Amino acid sequence: MDTLVARYSRPAYHENEAFSEEERQGLVDSVPSLSLKFAMPPVAHPSAWLRAATDDRSNPSCPIKIAHGTTTLAFRFQGGIIVATDSRATAGNWIASQTVKKVIEINSDLLGTMAGGAADCQYWLAWLGMQCRLHELRHKRRISVAAASKILANLVYQYKGMGLSMGTMCAGVTKEEGPALYYIDSDGTRLAGNLFCVGSGQTFAYGVLDAEYRYDLSVEEALELGSRSILAATHRDAYSGGFINLYHVKESGWEKHGFSDTNPIFWKTKLEKGEFSNVTSDLSERV
Amino acid sequence: MVGKDCVAIACDLRLGLQALTVSNNFPKIFQYGDNVFLGLTGLATDLSTVSDLFRYKVNMYRLREERNIAPKTFANLVSSSLYEKRFGPYFVSPVVAGLDPKTSKPFICGFDSIGCIDFAADFIVSGTATDQLYGMCESLWEPNLAPEDLFETISQALMSAVDRDALSGWGAHVYIIEKDKVTKRLLKGRQD
Repeated sequence: MDTLVARYSRPAYHENEAFSEEERQGLVDSVPSLSLKFAMPPVAHPSAWLRAATDDRSNPSCPIKIAHGTTTLAFRFQGGIIVATDSRATAGNWIASQTVKKVIEINSDLLGTMAGGAADCQYWLAWLGMQCRLHELRHKRRISVAAASKILANLVYQYKGMGLSMGTMCAGVTKEEGPALYYIDSDGTRLAGNLFCVGSGQTFAYGVLDAEYRYDLSVEEALELGSRSILAATHRDAYSGGFINLYHVKESGWEKHGFSDTNPIFWKTKLEKGEFSNVTSDLSERV
Repeated sequence: MVGKDCVAIACDLRLGLQALTVSNNFPKIFQYGDNVFLGLTGLATDLSTVSDLFRYKVNMYRLREERNIAPKTFANLVSSSLYEKRFGPYFVSPVVAGLDPKTSKPFICGFDSIGCIDFAADFIVSGTATDQLYGMCESLWEPNLAPEDLFETISQALMSAVDRDALSGWGAHVYIIEKDKVTKRLLKGRQD
């Protein structure tokens, strides 16, 4: 009995709050090796097999269609960071959902965006949220955006070539860094920058964003620009659409600015501002 | 789609290159005479070739026979013209809709790309949103719809179907064909 009690009871205090050898080890390996946790297909070359079975770009008739297709963007400006996404999920040409949440709230001041494999992004960003919380508990302070993004980048690098598909952005404002924005993809790329667009509609979003972007945008202008860039992408890209999900990240944490249907916004933009003149709204009208 | 003494034919307006939407005003329905309509889906270059070919053939028919072509005759013309290209087909799947000039009976049919005719008494669908259209038509269509009800039915079916297909949409044209009246309407669909 005594041995049992001794094993499970903790000492009343830590000497100078020093870490035990075990805890120190735990800190070093804060990202445990995960490659053994997932069941692998029982074939000679799992990565090649997975690619053949799930990658509809290299093999359009692949048996497993994974939800793809997106437009996401984030940019840094004077007032913080704007994060905006569409909400469409497609499997081939089938629109699987028009109401996907592609902005993942990692914690009250860190956001992640998802593009690529929906399940990959959802799972690993949730996992990143857990790692960030553990970091917070271990170090008694919020994780930096640089560190959080690197945890994710290192993780996806472990799985390089095995068919993970994600293009994500991490945005957050911390005391040490100020507003920070990172792009991470499943190739293992991790880039810091002012402005990123990711997904099948990225070129259309870049078109609008690059034309109007300035660092000294007001908050209102920045929100409008983020929303307008996504609108342009949903219009031209078949695999983007649905709703515009808008966030503003600032020092006090992120703030949500709606999840709004593109349809009324599109017709408002066309009919009130005279944009999108390529679209007919009247049978007698000649385009 | 067949109604009571009327037929309807509708198409979306998208022209695209894979994911890229090139045009939002690309109608796919062509009229040949007073009440014969042809809908075409497939490769855009073949759409214009085939639609122009039938305009030529129908005009020649009209000159030779000194009367308008009937939908049933036109359907057979489409079929044999497509089969002429049996070993190098046009990449199109046509749909014919019309009213018989003598009896005013509704007539619709569809084809595969080499001319096999699919006669139907209810509806014919074609294109990238075929699966979705079948689902909508099977559930919304009923026999003997009046022209206005037929318009509502075909419009709801088309709009709901293309909203679940990434490659279709961006507005639609709907034709309601009655004995001596053809109504064309534009549907302002979702633009994403």
